[in-house]
Amino acid sequence: MSEKEVKNLEEIFEARIARDEKIEPKDWMPEKYRKTHIRQISQHAHSEIVGMLPEGNWITRAPSLRRKAALLAKVQDEAGHGLYLYSACETLGISRDELYEQLHSGKAKYSSIFNYPTITWADMGAIGWLVDGAAIINQVPLCNTSFGPYARAMVRVCKEESFHQRQGFEIMLTLCRGSEEQKAMAQDALNRWWWPSLMMLGPTDAESIHTEQSMKWKLKRKSNDELRQQFIDQTVPQADLLGLTIPDPDLKFNEETGSYDFGEIDWDEFWQVVKGHGPCNKERMDARVNAWNNGEWVRDAAMAHAEKNEKRKVAKAS
Amino acid sequence: MKKNWPLWEIFVRSKNGLEHRHFGSLHAADAEMAMENARDVYTRRNEGVSIWVVESKNITASNPADNGEMFEPAQDKVYRHPTFYDLPDEVKHM
Repeated sequence: MSEKEVKNLEEIFEARIARDEKIEPKDWMPEKYRKTHIRQISQHAHSEIVGMLPEGNWITRAPSLRRKAALLAKVQDEAGHGLYLYSACETLGISRDELYEQLHSGKAKYSSIFNYPTITWADMGAIGWLVDGAAIINQVPLCNTSFGPYARAMVRVCKEESFHQRQGFEIMLTLCRGSEEQKAMAQDALNRWWWPSLMMLGPTDAESIHTEQSMKWKLKRKSNDELRQQFIDQTVPQADLLGLTIPDPDLKFNEETGSYDFGEIDWDEFWQVVKGHGPCNKERMDARVNAWNNGEWVRDAAMAHAEKNEKRKVAKAS
Repeated sequence: MKKNWPLWEIFVRSKNGLEHRHFGSLHAADAEMAMENARDVYTRRNEGVSIWVVESKNITASNPADNGEMFEPAQDKVYRHPTFYDLPDEVKHM
């Protein structure tokens, strides 16, 4: 294809997206569109899969059967969300094995938030309330993104996600209505998860390299800073309701803007975690890689069994 | 010798009276495992009463590059639509 022909196709392609048409896997697409989508969708899938680990830590120690069943269901949903997203990503012509390889080698990223430890039961509450809350804010606009398989996966994810946040908030509420120690535990969890949750919505607009192109492709409908402000504005009243204090002395309602002003985010910490130096980066990756490697013989055995069965069926038929 | 689990397309009937609809895909070693996984991945909240699993390689799909010759001819056949025919207003029930 000549350069002129490609340029023409690109113009038609951009016009389709501008008209709100969806792009499906077999449609022609610019190479950059394909690559950007593989990066973002796989990063999203990896986050769901790694996101199971901090919560998996508490399944056996949940304080009641009700809490345990809910936490199990939530973690199972996250596995499901990872699978929807991996499938969507594979339609772009990359294999599941390649995707895992990118995660395990550190080439692909996942959400920085999952590199923090879950040291008390209250962390299950804070994660559901804050981390899933921030994730929902990020994900809802993606239900309308331009790539069909991604948009469809996100519709399913968003439908399931709201239970996650509600169960987290309920855990916090129960702790806050409990003993002094329980309330202190909830406050401690908020203290530790608040800032990482704000960071999770991504670098400031000035630092974000992908925003403009992503806006055009509807991979992003609002900038990181807008999403962060939305998250803060909706979460502060919820903290008030719990009777907890947000660990930010500069947090203050601004009558003029109708939003909360907030303190400086420690971006050095964010970049440290993204680059692999967070408290649990190594632990998370080890858990993933071990699960994959130790499961290899099971995957091979299942495949061998399926092939043997198939041969037997063919032999019987002939 | 490394062989990856093949890809399966999952179709779910959400309730009797409705058709099976494409829900997504997943990897499984064989049809039986695809069925079990489809149940766990796509019907955790009563989304279905029946599941079909089809190995993806068995699906023949049209190519979007051929959409012109495939679908455009239908566009100028307006006489296939009831609104093409002029009838007096007095004619009822038609």
